[in-house]
Amino acid sequence: MIEVNNIHKSFGDNEILKGISTKFEKGKTNLVIGQSGSGKTVFLKTLLGLFTPDEGSIIYDGSDYSNLSTDEKSTLRSKMGMVFQGSALFDSMTIAENVKFPLRMFTKQSKSEMNDRVDIVLKRVNLDDAHNKLPSEASGGMQKRVAIARAIVNQPRYLFCDEPNSGLDPRTATVIDNLIQEITKEYDITTIINTHDMNSVMEIGEKIIFLKNGLKEWEGSNKNIFKTDNEAVTDFVYSSDLFKRVQKMYLDEDV
Amino acid sequence: MSYLHNIGRYFLMIKQMFRKPTKWSVLRHLIFKDIDDLIINSIGIVSFIAFFVGGVVTIQTALNMTNPLIPKTLVGFATRQSVVLEFAPTFISIIMAGKVGSFITSSIGTMRVTEQIDALEVMGINAVNYLVFPKFVALMLYPFLISIAIFLGIIGGMAACVFGGFASLDDYIAGIQLDFIPFHIAYAFIKTFVFAFLLATIPSYHGFYMTGGALEVGKASTTSFVWTSVAIILLNYILTQMLLS
Repeated sequence: MIEVNNIHKSFGDNEILKGISTKFEKGKTNLVIGQSGSGKTVFLKTLLGLFTPDEGSIIYDGSDYSNLSTDEKSTLRSKMGMVFQGSALFDSMTIAENVKFPLRMFTKQSKSEMNDRVDIVLKRVNLDDAHNKLPSEASGGMQKRVAIARAIVNQPRYLFCDEPNSGLDPRTATVIDNLIQEITKEYDITTIINTHDMNSVMEIGEKIIFLKNGLKEWEGSNKNIFKTDNEAVTDFVYSSDLFKRVQKMYLDEDV
Repeated sequence: MSYLHNIGRYFLMIKQMFRKPTKWSVLRHLIFKDIDDLIINSIGIVSFIAFFVGGVVTIQTALNMTNPLIPKTLVGFATRQSVVLEFAPTFISIIMAGKVGSFITSSIGTMRVTEQIDALEVMGINAVNYLVFPKFVALMLYPFLISIAIFLGIIGGMAACVFGGFASLDDYIAGIQLDFIPFHIAYAFIKTFVFAFLLATIPSYHGFYMTGGALEVGKASTTSFVWTSVAIILLNYILTQMLLS
């Protein structure tokens, strides 16, 4: 579980996060949604330890990040998996080498043990025949799956995903969403996903926090997001025709 | 103020480069890869330039020695001095700032733009050590390239001298042995080590701390070439003053 208490973050005079508090539970897919510029990426990078909050605390399973020593922070980070928006695969490595990378860096496993583990996770993301391809030879969906495989290969306790299905077609996006949710349950990890994709919200949003102008505007789940009367959330959710129709469907159901 | 900020951050990056080392089994591969990219892949261009510039230095020297009282051995002597003292260590380093420096900046800059550096940092890896230290170690073999440049520069001079009919082979060989001061070789290699350090770190700094997208990667490569050249020229002056005067 990750507990966030009143975190603030500014860049110069520009305050991006204005006191966010929430809890992200283990074994659940936690979504952070909001419009572009709402502070989602800064929030996620602060959770990852890439930015230090100006105020407030982040507690990972009882350990306050700011009180940890440098070595303890490194150990904690090695237990985090991250799926970047652009996948961030290492261009010079094959897909198998990309997935093996965290094992080579942080474990003392033998080559055969590492290869076995790579086989298992690549099979888990349905890429069991792509070992020797370079990232440039893989499609966007495949790259995302490789990024997920790399994030989970070292059995992390926390999985962070920044816009995991941006740039993907709706069908592949759904496959990625479902894969992340399945992995979250299977490995019993705390997963936090940054997205503004409403399909993801509907598919896997077990817990959702909505950010607006650096503040937490709303918190709930995909069960109640379509029924909230919070104006900022409804503006965001019903900004497309498709979801206006969904809203009408919900209202009709209520009638 | 921005210059001071950058200079301070550059020295902090150097300090960071030696902290929290990457696992040796991983680092070893990175070092070999960088030796291949930075040193082995530069042998061709360095050899080509050294040979022909050595020839041009000889021709220019011979053409400017119009006084018949000046012995022909001076052609070889002047070529050796030019090549050993300045051409090989300094001129080749400026060329390497363009070739190797822009390669380093663009490769690290692209990693920054595509969030690969963020991926390393999220994993708890010291990205500066992982990316810059292998380049620093690889470029410690830079004197090997400069040795080739010195050798081929003198050979190029010899070819131009003999085939151009400026002096005989015996005169040229006598010239390159004339008043030989071994410390000049040491001076050339001291400079080479200092320039190797600059070649590894300044382009890495510009790549590592760049912001923006693909266009900025190109701009960062140009900026890194300019600043690496400036640093090489300045330190060349300072080292020459310290070591030779």
